[in-house]
Amino acid sequence: MGTIWVYAEASGGQVASISLELLARARELADTVEAVVGGEGEPVAAELGAHGATTVHATGDLGNGLAGPAVASAIAAAIEGGTAPDAVLFGTTYDGRDVAGRLSVKLGVPVITNIVELDQTDGSLVGTEPVFGGTVNVSTRFNGTGVGLFLVRPKSFTAEESGGGPAAVSALPVPDLGATGAARVVDRFAEESTGPKLDEAGVVVSGGRGLGEAEKYSMIEDLAKLLGGAAGASRAIVDAGWVPYSHQVGQTGKVVKPDVYVACGISGATQHMVGMKGSKNIIAINKDAEAPIFGIADLGVVGDVHKVVPKLIEALQARS
Amino acid sequence: MDIVVCVKQIPDPADPGELDPETKTLKRDMKLIMDESDSYGVEMALQLRDAAGEGEVTLVSMAPNEEVNGLRSALAMGADKAILVSDEALAGTDALGTARVLAAAIGRAQADLILAATESSDGYTGTVPEQVAELLGLPSVTFAKEIQADGGEVLVKRQTEAGYDEVRCPLPAVVSVTAGVVEPRYPSFKGIMAAKSKPMDQVGIADLGVSPDQVGWAGGGQEITDVSPAPEREAGEIITDEGDAHERIVALLEELRIV
Repeated sequence: MGTIWVYAEASGGQVASISLELLARARELADTVEAVVGGEGEPVAAELGAHGATTVHATGDLGNGLAGPAVASAIAAAIEGGTAPDAVLFGTTYDGRDVAGRLSVKLGVPVITNIVELDQTDGSLVGTEPVFGGTVNVSTRFNGTGVGLFLVRPKSFTAEESGGGPAAVSALPVPDLGATGAARVVDRFAEESTGPKLDEAGVVVSGGRGLGEAEKYSMIEDLAKLLGGAAGASRAIVDAGWVPYSHQVGQTGKVVKPDVYVACGISGATQHMVGMKGSKNIIAINKDAEAPIFGIADLGVVGDVHKVVPKLIEALQARS
Repeated sequence: MDIVVCVKQIPDPADPGELDPETKTLKRDMKLIMDESDSYGVEMALQLRDAAGEGEVTLVSMAPNEEVNGLRSALAMGADKAILVSDEALAGTDALGTARVLAAAIGRAQADLILAATESSDGYTGTVPEQVAELLGLPSVTFAKEIQADGGEVLVKRQTEAGYDEVRCPLPAVVSVTAGVVEPRYPSFKGIMAAKSKPMDQVGIADLGVSPDQVGWAGGGQEITDVSPAPEREAGEIITDEGDAHERIVALLEELRIV
């Protein structure tokens, strides 16, 4: 395949891991890999180059505008202007989905979503998406004309440096957005977070409906802290408003692949399993012996989380 | 304030069904219910309408088979009316085709604000709200956890990796709502009875000026090439807690050098 573009996201001059993962896979599939950045290209050119991008197409500072309409319009204009890649890869992130959705309409092509594998067959890209909690894989080929758009889930590929020098920075002008560009960020808030990020932690401890009530989630946080890990949650308790969406592990939410995943009071709905079944070791505590989570657990404890978890916390505290 | 809420009717997630071996897409021939993800947008719309003291909440949905069960649930919560785009030609429609149909239907409703879930619970593409916004030429804010009306604008708290951004957006606009951010009300008995007589406008794609080649199997530009079982993860040791299961967990954590 000729050229693949990767929509690269960065904050504070550091490229997001999902973008580096996409670059690694793109290098294996295409002769030329280039990055697209909604922002200044210079601060990230070295890191993107070291991961295999030869060129960074950068929009320049977007000010307080949102990435979605700006980056999509800029890419569409470049494609109309004759610089068309064969495919553009996006991470399944807040901004990645916005850009891909808008671009899909501009180009009149579908977005192939929730991809965890990407391969080349007969010159076209085929993305594979897990369904039914990861028990079935569905492969989809882009067979339209034009540019293939793929939204890839984080942690699907392993980031790896290519040893390349800094990428050349090329301007990717944003056309007049009209009404579509009217939304403005007026303030940014960073939520207090201590310990590792959910999708980067070596240990993730998650709680589910089996906790019984919102107040009991504190024991999940305590256990996570003792293990130097991050606290996660099932969709059920996020939907119930017990914990914020940023803690959600699953198809909707974060994909995690820690060394150890501890599922507390989580039955193992398909939507949750797809987000954590890639964990190296899974420990599950649930009072229902028939819970699907036990089907994938390395150590399953049939028991009451309200008894097992406090004892576990006590035992770990006694050691430290 | 006139608000449109996009509502998807899906198979009950408690009984997720299967793939049709012929078409390789999800079978949807059973009774459908309102996607729980949409109940948050419906609730938010009702709150915004009531705070404004005027306006209507209109539901917009599409289905290949005239299904209205899920829409009745949202009407029972308090939405004022519904537009259902029902057409046999819609079977197999992908996200972009769905957005084309929804955008055409929304275009008839003259809304100030269009709400949708961030993604459906059965398809998960998560691209439809942005596609609808682009098709309508509107600004959008995705992943909202809070929406406040402020004159001709909305002030939206949008989830980010780090926390949230406060985004100001002029109306009309599309906003996608994150699940769990409001408590959806339960329909009252009165609401359920009233829902039965609320206006339900059923239209076909021809009424919306959408051509059949833009939807359904043909409109996709993508082809499912393979459906296969994923490699199974083996279950390990299962023990029953007799008051000492935590010791077994500590032993495993030691073995893995976590503690």
